[in-house]
Amino acid sequence: MSKIYIQDVTLRDGMHAIRHQYGKEKILEIAIALDKAGVDAIEISHGDGLAGGSFNYGFGKHTDWDWLEGVSEQLHHAKLTTLILPGIATIRDLKKARDLGVESVRVATHCTEADISPQHIAAAKELGMDVGGFLMMAHMNNPSDLAAQAKIMEDAGADCVYVTDSAGALLMDGVADRIKAFKDTLDDSTEVGIHCHHNLSLGVANTIVAMQHGANRLDASLAGMGAGAGNCPLEVLVAVLNKMEVTHNSDLYQLMDIADDVIRPLQTRPVRVDRETLSLGYAGVYSSFLLHSEQAAKKYGLDTRSILNELGKRKMVGGQEDMIVDVALDMLANKRP
Amino acid sequence: MKTKVAIIGSGNIGTDLMIKIIRLSESLEMAVFVGIDPASDGLARARKMGVTTCHTGVDGLIKMNEWEDIKIVFDATSARAHLYNWEKIKAFPDKKMIDLTPAAVGPYLVPPVNFLDNMDVSNVNMVTCGGQATIPIVAAVNRVAKVHYGEIVASIASKSAGPGTRANIDEFTETTAQAIEKVGGAERGKAIIVLNPAEPPLVMRDTVFTLSEQGDREAIRNSIHKMVEEVQKYVPGYELHQEVQFDDIPESEPVFIEGLGLRHGLKTSVLLKVKGAGHYLPEYAGNLDIMTSAARATAERLIDENY
Repeated sequence: MSKIYIQDVTLRDGMHAIRHQYGKEKILEIAIALDKAGVDAIEISHGDGLAGGSFNYGFGKHTDWDWLEGVSEQLHHAKLTTLILPGIATIRDLKKARDLGVESVRVATHCTEADISPQHIAAAKELGMDVGGFLMMAHMNNPSDLAAQAKIMEDAGADCVYVTDSAGALLMDGVADRIKAFKDTLDDSTEVGIHCHHNLSLGVANTIVAMQHGANRLDASLAGMGAGAGNCPLEVLVAVLNKMEVTHNSDLYQLMDIADDVIRPLQTRPVRVDRETLSLGYAGVYSSFLLHSEQAAKKYGLDTRSILNELGKRKMVGGQEDMIVDVALDMLANKRP
Repeated sequence: MKTKVAIIGSGNIGTDLMIKIIRLSESLEMAVFVGIDPASDGLARARKMGVTTCHTGVDGLIKMNEWEDIKIVFDATSARAHLYNWEKIKAFPDKKMIDLTPAAVGPYLVPPVNFLDNMDVSNVNMVTCGGQATIPIVAAVNRVAKVHYGEIVASIASKSAGPGTRANIDEFTETTAQAIEKVGGAERGKAIIVLNPAEPPLVMRDTVFTLSEQGDREAIRNSIHKMVEEVQKYVPGYELHQEVQFDDIPESEPVFIEGLGLRHGLKTSVLLKVKGAGHYLPEYAGNLDIMTSAARATAERLIDENY
């Protein structure tokens, strides 16, 4: 099996947990600490990828360019990485990130729409970047069709393709079947990755199951800092890998300290499994909808869970945050006598 | 007497436009339908509807006997093909070109917003489906309260996005964002497109967010309602799905907008639904309908004004 490669997403997925409000200094401080602790890659951008700052997803405290600037020079081991969603950001944005020292990028699409990614994947390869294909909401596509989508990304030049459980809705068998389908479909030289959300408390378990079936790129974040109930918590993952005697580069105690001393105090809304975040996993809803749905529930006097359930029923996909207010207004209209 | 038109491009857009012209137009006559693949579904459909076809592209078209009488040419190919087609057609100063590709050689045209500024131009561009659906709303806010920032989210059914759209998704985001500024009047524009594969396919949704100076909310609301009625004249399935929503962005809690810095003011949210007429693709494909309807409306007005 390829070497275990741990990518931290605290500074990208973690953006969702604090409405994209990391300060520039905080980003640098955390990136330096993660590098020292030995993680292999550090992803930085707005939670919805480059150029995600918007009314729809929330404006960031800074632009992606401000967050990224000056980070790569401070990293000794870890690769600086970022995320791009075709339909939100463009190749022009990708080039800007490359100029700021970003070496690796993940190109993300909904799990059935990989054919909007080849242009961006090819452009990233031309820029000399390492490229991951990121198939979001992976629970909404069956293993063989998902693998066919992964193949589109591989054909376009992706070095790695991820099973991305954006809704934290997959159970362990669901992860295993999808990773197996990837391994059966993709070339041996293409790596396979896993990105989990902890909404059903399976973040670590699902990551390990994926690894046991051949995934070698593992996503995690400090104290789980990420959308919904967060991602696979990095320090816990590393503790488990240590107990399994799996070789990796990260230092458990340093990660524990950053998680508790630096990250947890930043969490204005606790990142944990509670009735709202559990509902995301249970209803199969995009984890980033959480804070937007809580805000809409508050504004219109509705229950967050009901909004999330309705979004699930309507089969909304990642990026359709505008439909949260639409659902809330429909619910409000139905409540009126 | 009807004015003769040609359509180049036998994909979803070209075929839908052809059906609209045949079924609905009182002033346009479908003279030639042009493709490059004799086996394409669009050309077969045209032949079945009794339309003269040409499968050798623009080069074939300009050699046809019908060419002389054609006054308007619609281009529903791709940005790259449009550059080639326009090179050939601009040699004929009596023909006008309505460009439905993202090439944007000519100025952007959104019928209820800036038709009068562009009626003498020989090549106009129809922006994008998302642009046609949302820019009228940005302009409706801007005519009441100055718009600092206009953002649109277009959600379309996966089945309604053809291979051309998918392979060139940046063209959508970039072209739409530019037109939000140039036509909508926003100081800065942003466009987002989302494809949703749900079955049965979901009808096209478009959401417009603007950040403007504080203005009379009732006046903004009325302006938006009036604009929706204007669009409905040529896209019957266009509707305001929810009442206009307002939020105050106070000076004490401004938003940080790339390219503009910290801004405050009035946030207006407009949730639209665009149901297609179901001519070539089913009703969910409002994206197709609004594009072809805008092109048809543009051609009909050009005829009213010029001939």
